[in-house]
Amino acid sequence: MMILTDDQKMLHDSIAPFMAEEGAIKRQLRHWREIGCKDGFGHGLWKQFAELGLTAMLIPEAQGGAGLGMVEAGVVLEEVGRNLTPSPFLTTAVAAVRALEGSGQAERWFPGIASGDIVAALAVDEGRTHDPARTACEARRSGNGFALSGVKQFVVHGASADVILIAARTAGAAGEREGISLFAIERGAKGLGIENVTLADTSKAARLTLDNVEVDSDALIGEVDGGWAPLSRALHAGRAGAAAELVGIAAGASDMTFEYLKQRKQFGRLIGEYQALQHRSAHCYGEIEIARAAALKAAQLIDAGDERAELMVSVAKAKAGRAAALAVQEGVQMHGGIGMTDEHDIGLYMKREVVLAELFGGPRFHAGRVAELSGY
Amino acid sequence: MADLDSFRTETRAWLEANCPPEMRTPMRNEKDYCWGGRDFAFQSPGQKQWLDAMGARGWTVPDWPKEYGGGGLSAAETKVLKQEMAALGARVPLTSFGISMLGPALLKYGTEAQKKRFLTEIALGQIRWCQGYSEPGAGSDLAGLQTKAEDRGDHYLVNGQKVWTSYADEADWIFCLVRTSTESKHKGISFLLFDMESPGVSTKPILLISGNSPFCETFFDDVQVPKDQLVGEENRGWDVAKYLLGHEREMISGMGLGGEKRALGAVLAEAIGPIDDPLLRAEIAHFDVDALAFAAMSERFIDQLKAGEAHPAFPSMMKYAGTELNKRRHELIVAAGGSDALEWDSERSRGGKAAREWLRTKGNSIEGGTSEVQLGIVAKHILRLPGA
Repeated sequence: MMILTDDQKMLHDSIAPFMAEEGAIKRQLRHWREIGCKDGFGHGLWKQFAELGLTAMLIPEAQGGAGLGMVEAGVVLEEVGRNLTPSPFLTTAVAAVRALEGSGQAERWFPGIASGDIVAALAVDEGRTHDPARTACEARRSGNGFALSGVKQFVVHGASADVILIAARTAGAAGEREGISLFAIERGAKGLGIENVTLADTSKAARLTLDNVEVDSDALIGEVDGGWAPLSRALHAGRAGAAAELVGIAAGASDMTFEYLKQRKQFGRLIGEYQALQHRSAHCYGEIEIARAAALKAAQLIDAGDERAELMVSVAKAKAGRAAALAVQEGVQMHGGIGMTDEHDIGLYMKREVVLAELFGGPRFHAGRVAELSGY
Repeated sequence: MADLDSFRTETRAWLEANCPPEMRTPMRNEKDYCWGGRDFAFQSPGQKQWLDAMGARGWTVPDWPKEYGGGGLSAAETKVLKQEMAALGARVPLTSFGISMLGPALLKYGTEAQKKRFLTEIALGQIRWCQGYSEPGAGSDLAGLQTKAEDRGDHYLVNGQKVWTSYADEADWIFCLVRTSTESKHKGISFLLFDMESPGVSTKPILLISGNSPFCETFFDDVQVPKDQLVGEENRGWDVAKYLLGHEREMISGMGLGGEKRALGAVLAEAIGPIDDPLLRAEIAHFDVDALAFAAMSERFIDQLKAGEAHPAFPSMMKYAGTELNKRRHELIVAAGGSDALEWDSERSRGGKAAREWLRTKGNSIEGGTSEVQLGIVAKHILRLPGA
């Protein structure tokens, strides 16, 4: 069924007011921006996420989590998006948990993630665009373990992370999926340079330089040369989660815009009376509904272990990116001059959208994946 | 679940035994659809045999009640039947406006006698229906219709003209909106059913840009319609019409998309070879993102309808999005086909299939309420924008 179950609706009904209150733009995003917070999010809120069980929602029950799936994570992320709530939920509780699941590193990190004491990051991109198979960062055998050298960028929350999951090549050549291995590198590792970068939406993403960073072999997640499997789990979850968050961004921006159309008067009429804006608004509404359906379908297929999940995840990430771009761009335009001001929130939606649409691959990358996976 | 499993087993066996081999191949074009009716020219003996077998079982309309000729199946059983038909590659035995449009309206608004008679005829494919809605002066503003029905005691006397009547020249009966009062625009409309062979009814096909004539002008000159052929109350036909339009929009929004879950790029690559042009491939890939997302939306919409969670105006969004996508699909098919796709009547082009289908889709966003009308409905009823 492509509608939420009663349990999922209950989750939504408890999370939506929480996020609107505790995760509100004024309380979180604007607050941390104003004080120039180096993390870009509040650890207090992250602790509250833990108390509500959100940080452990994807952790298997056997390891102390709730054992829930991507549909539930999507319910949370849509509200995160709607309120532009900054937190490491997507990278830590979704992507990293899925990468670590079933590996020797899980026991080490899951308790801290569950309690809200640990932030984890995922380091994949090495250039300006996302293309995990092109991983060139090198991990050479060294003593009992490996030595990693290379560069990474767009590592969301990288400078705040206690542990960074890094994709590096142990065999093969850039462009091949075989030969990539995934390592858990702890904060403060010798040879690990971290530049904390502020992005357009004031979120933080690190650039890493790895200069012979030595790790033991137990830092490996999954098999040597077989890192593509845990990396794919993390990326599928991260992309599906980002799609849900983008749907929330789109919904938040468009709701704000539709309300504005009902209040703002020009030429003696409410601007929402003009057909030019009505039709564009209705189109925007439809695109968001379609994106939501795609994101839900992708989450359901992941949860069902369905082989079509990869295709639908790319459909959802591309569609949600496009729909959110439309919603925020129409939002700024329909707000007119005030939409260009820093004081108004609509511009914050536009800046968040552009970052999240790019994370784990933009709409063009994923449209390309749809073509490849469909055999053309 | 055990019941459903045994239903599946029985259904599979029955379909295997009763579906003629020529009904297990994909439909090649519009002509392969079985529309039924008094004068239907069956393409093959198997097509008639398949209609009769499915009709007798009520499986042309599996989820309608048995007493009206339906199969009386639950939603879950209907889904199983469709899955098993798909697995066998079985063609839809009957396509008709009776099934997709009039039937649901009659189930809701018809008298017992109307349901018994008309629904059963629809289920068996005996009567082919057409829809008399639009008029030369009433297109998007449908409620402005002028075709007049005067009360003459035991019957109505109908005079006027309809336009864009699909297959009126091949239909046996018409469901028709007429004006029974001029006091109110919307509350002066009634919903009548009558035989196209009634004295005073005439039709004239309209030649379209596709070179085909699926639509007609339909003229009524002193047509007598017995009063028991009124559906719902007199002057309340707009309620019936709106209900039925909702079903029409669902049907149109599903056209070319409902069953198509494969990526267009994959279909094209199979038909005409690798898509080498990177710009075309990119356009197709972006289309496939939209089309596959819309397929998920269609699936979700059906579940929302069943759960009573769909907004009443949501079919307008589906109709708008579905038809605009279908136009884009055919733009890309023609683009990918290059000059091959421009041939109009050669055998090579199967009678200009690509070009004609492309032209036909241009009507998708006009018929059943234009895209602009749908957007207006969404703006007013869902977004609640002022003055819409």
